[in-house]
Amino acid sequence: MDSLSEFAKQLEASCSHLYLSASVSLGELSIVTSREHIVPLLFHLRDDVQFNFVCLLDVCGVDWPERLERFDVVYHLLSPSLNQRIRLKLSTDEQTPVPSACAVYPAADWYEREAWDMYGILFEGHPDLRRLLTDYGFEGHPLRKDFPLTGYVEVRYDDNQKRVVYEPVELRQEYRHFDFLSPWEGTEYVLPGDEKTTGKTE
Amino acid sequence: MPEHSVQNFHINFGPQHPAAHGVLRLVLELDGELVERVDPHIGLLHRGTEKLIEAKTYLQALPYFDRLDYVAPMCQEHGYCLAIEKLLQLQVPIRGQLIRVLYSEISRILSHLLNVTTQAMDVGALTPPLWGFEERENLMVFYERASGSRMHAAYFRPGGVHQDLPPELVEDIGRWCDTFPKTLDDIADLLTGNRIFKQRNVDIGVISLDDAWAWGFSGVLVRGSGAAWDLRRSQPYECYSDMEFDIPIGKNGDCYDRYLIRMIEMRESVRIMKQCIERLLSTERTGPVSSADGKIVPPKRAEMKRSMEALIHHFKLYTEGFHVPKGEAYAAVEAPKGEFGVYLVADGTNSPYRCKIRAPGFTHLQAMDYMCRGHQLADVSAILGSLDIVFGEVDR
Repeated sequence: MDSLSEFAKQLEASCSHLYLSASVSLGELSIVTSREHIVPLLFHLRDDVQFNFVCLLDVCGVDWPERLERFDVVYHLLSPSLNQRIRLKLSTDEQTPVPSACAVYPAADWYEREAWDMYGILFEGHPDLRRLLTDYGFEGHPLRKDFPLTGYVEVRYDDNQKRVVYEPVELRQEYRHFDFLSPWEGTEYVLPGDEKTTGKTE
Repeated sequence: MPEHSVQNFHINFGPQHPAAHGVLRLVLELDGELVERVDPHIGLLHRGTEKLIEAKTYLQALPYFDRLDYVAPMCQEHGYCLAIEKLLQLQVPIRGQLIRVLYSEISRILSHLLNVTTQAMDVGALTPPLWGFEERENLMVFYERASGSRMHAAYFRPGGVHQDLPPELVEDIGRWCDTFPKTLDDIADLLTGNRIFKQRNVDIGVISLDDAWAWGFSGVLVRGSGAAWDLRRSQPYECYSDMEFDIPIGKNGDCYDRYLIRMIEMRESVRIMKQCIERLLSTERTGPVSSADGKIVPPKRAEMKRSMEALIHHFKLYTEGFHVPKGEAYAAVEAPKGEFGVYLVADGTNSPYRCKIRAPGFTHLQAMDYMCRGHQLADVSAILGSLDIVFGEVDR
């Protein structure tokens, strides 16, 4: 898209010191920034008359457990006057808090609470960082990749105690993960014994 | 006169309250009858949809989207399909696009009918829901005739729609389009000029346009505050750019304007549906309804009886599923409640690495505190009704 790369140039001219890199793919502009720059960048994008990104659509986390800084925090902004969207990304880990965007956009409140609830991403300066979607007294962060799909506790109503009780999950059968991930095309199957043909031994 | 110490008190609104539109628990801090603070407690319907999607293949994850905003299921599927199609760079044939638009508009009417009439019920009118539900039933029959299911359709699939529509069904929808405006007129007669309805809604829950944007509003909520913003027009997807329709906008940003906009939007939806039907019965009477890419769209049963290739594709698609190349995409549709977005992160395998669902109701509900402050307790249900909240999508 032509207008998009033009827009990216405009962005580079005005605030290239606030982000690390910008890329356009599939008709969307993504910007990688860092924790210390996110709030100034959001202020700039919102208040600069040539951008006018007045609407924060979404803040969410993505978990990459194998990375050193395992979480991505992804912001989606919308500028109704430019009819343009932009995506901002930064990475963080379990301990380091990300500055909260609540001062820039009031809408960030629940999104950051959700990200804290689901991933355990900390937001510094958030007025009220409580859990949002999970149960009262829930432990753990369910959307992390190392959190099991079945969870750890289950609830039921106990007729003797006349209340709802929490118990460890007990599965009638082992959780079955069907791994259908065989390469369909362009396969390079390595079968036992193949190493002999290339002459390599272990 | 001795000074009395007046204490604010808290009440729980919900989770089981008919005006809470589902399982919402609002903790209200009241000063007499004035609302000082609202703290919505959500998550009572949280099912972990996003986590479940990560454990499924792309096609298996699709039916979860029906269960988000279960009042207008197909619009959610649409957002998800668009995100996948963006990543796969897949084109939907024109007949498929028309069917999608037709059913998106049916979904919009389904949602608006429910909202307008229950909003009226929240402020005391019982007749409109009865009339509205009768029409919703007719629309759900159209859902059933296309997909086999009244609500959880799983009809929009990556690449197009699941099955073609028989011409009789399209004709029946056309006939319904002719009779439906009469019902709308009846509902409007009951509500638009109604003194009680106006007393309860005019100048209640006013939000300025700047605030609406800052709170992340979209859809009817920003149009009510005066923004001519509709994704179907400003960032058209499918064949919306060929369609003729008007976008109503409000002046005051109050509950009454939002009601009026929904009423007009239903009429505009009928207009779009008629254009789709006209084309589906004439120029686009035949043709594929989904992409011909056999590596993504499963073959039809008849084809499998003859073609070995189709049989292999069928087997592979329903066990392993298709692979989506590495990348990320955000696709949004103008759902009845606002911008419904799906942010997909694909890692090149057969299941999404991350699927964030951006539900409009979630954003709208978090502004409850801001919008209700200083209002009377009775206005809380009027504001909640005009926000159009459905807990399937708020809690995910």
